[in-house]
Amino acid sequence: MERSEIKPFIAKRVAKELHDGDVVNLGIGLPTMVPDYLDPSVKITLQSENGFIGLAAVDPENPDADYIVNAGGQPAGIEKDGMFFDSATSFSIIRGGHVDATVLGSLQVDEKGNIANWIIPGKMVPGMGGAMDLVVGARKVIVAMEHTQKGAPKILKECTLPLTAKNQVNMIVTEMGVMDVTPEGIVLKEYNPEFTVEDIQAATEAKLIIADDLKPMI
Amino acid sequence: MAKTKVISAKEAATLVKDGMTVMIGGFMTNGTAESIVKEVAAAGPKDLTVICNDAGFQGVGTGRLLSNGQIKKLIASHVGLNKECGQKFSAGELDLVLQPQGTLAEQVRAAGAGLGGFLTPTGLGTTVADGKEIVTVDGQDYVLEKPLKADVAIVQGFIADESGNIRYKGSTRNFNPLMASAADTVIVEVEKIVPAGEIGPDYVETPHIYVDYLVLKEEA
Repeated sequence: MERSEIKPFIAKRVAKELHDGDVVNLGIGLPTMVPDYLDPSVKITLQSENGFIGLAAVDPENPDADYIVNAGGQPAGIEKDGMFFDSATSFSIIRGGHVDATVLGSLQVDEKGNIANWIIPGKMVPGMGGAMDLVVGARKVIVAMEHTQKGAPKILKECTLPLTAKNQVNMIVTEMGVMDVTPEGIVLKEYNPEFTVEDIQAATEAKLIIADDLKPMI
Repeated sequence: MAKTKVISAKEAATLVKDGMTVMIGGFMTNGTAESIVKEVAAAGPKDLTVICNDAGFQGVGTGRLLSNGQIKKLIASHVGLNKECGQKFSAGELDLVLQPQGTLAEQVRAAGAGLGGFLTPTGLGTTVADGKEIVTVDGQDYVLEKPLKADVAIVQGFIADESGNIRYKGSTRNFNPLMASAADTVIVEVEKIVPAGEIGPDYVETPHIYVDYLVLKEEA
C-alpha cells in the first residue's frame, strides 16, 4: 500500500463503525477524515470538546464564523441544530456517557486496552487536553492509527509510555487489520489482504488471537 | 438597579498584582480577553499563577505573559501549540501542572459552586492520579480532585448590559462563564454594552452578580 493511501484506508474502515444518530468525538489528524467516508444514510453529530455539538466545516455565510474554532483551535462551523456550551457542560457530556464513540490516534495501545498518547517523557510535553476524559467517558473508544511507528510495534503487551487511561480501548483499526480488545486479549477479526496473518503478528508485540470468522477488511 | 463599573483595559491590568492567581478564559485564544491580557503584559506583574486551558500561542493570549516571564506557575490542560511553554518548562523556568481538560473545567466550576472537590474516573491509573486520594463509591474508584479558585478572572464575553449581565458568542464561551464564578475579582471584556434589560433574563448566561468590572474590547 502506498503511504498516501494508508490514512484514507483506515478512515474509510473506521467510518463503518459509526451508526446513524451517533454522537461522536474525533481526535485531530486521521480521525477527522472519517466523516468523508460515511454512508450517506448515516448522519452523526460531532461533539467538539471546546464547547459544542454539531461541529461542521466553516460556513463563510455565518456572520458568527469568526467566533468558532474546533478542538485544535482552527476555524470551524456549526450545524443548524448545534449548540454551544461551556467546558464543564462539554465534559459532563463526555464523562456522562452521552458520547457514543471517540476515534483517536495513539502512540501505544496494549492488550489490556491501556492507551498512551499524551506524552513522551523528556521529548514532548504537550499535555493531555481532553483525551483522558474522552477515553474514559465515551461508550466506544476506537484507536485509528498506523500499525507501527517506522516498523516498531505500537500494539504492545504493555504500554511503556505514561498512560492516558487504563482498560478503555475497545477497537483498533490500522492499515493491517481490525482488532477488538477483549478480556482475553486482542482479537484480530479483519485483515488487509495485502498482508498475511503472520505479517500482522510480526508487526504486533501483543499475541493476537485470531477470530474464528476472520474476514478481509475490504 | 446596579451598574457595573466600566474601566479601560489599562485600568483592568492594574488589578493584577505580583504573586496573584489569575484565571484567563479561552481555548487556544478563542475567547481570550486579548485587550486586557495585552495590558497585563505591558504592566508587567510577575510571579503569577495562571489558570488557563492552554498556553495560547507564542506571544498571543496567555502566551504573551509566558513570553514576558510573568508566569511562575501554569495550570493548564494542553500547551503543545506554544513551543515556548515546553522550552521554559524544560529550562526549569516554569512550574507546569497539566490537568485533564474536563477535570480543569470542573475544578473551576467546583470553586465557583462552593464545593470541596469532586470525584472523577478521569486519570485513574495514570500519573494524573499520583498523590491524589482515590475514593471508592459503589465499587467504582474515582480520583478526588479539589477546587481551583483565583484572585482575578479575566473573562471574555460578547455583549454585556450595563448591570454586568453577560452573553457569549460561538465557541468563545468555553472556560469563561466558569471562571466568572470562581474569582474574587471578575473583569469581563465585551464588544458592546447595552442598556439593562436588553439582553433579557431568559438569555443572560453569566449573571451580573459575578461581574465586578466591564472592559470594552479595544481594537488590536
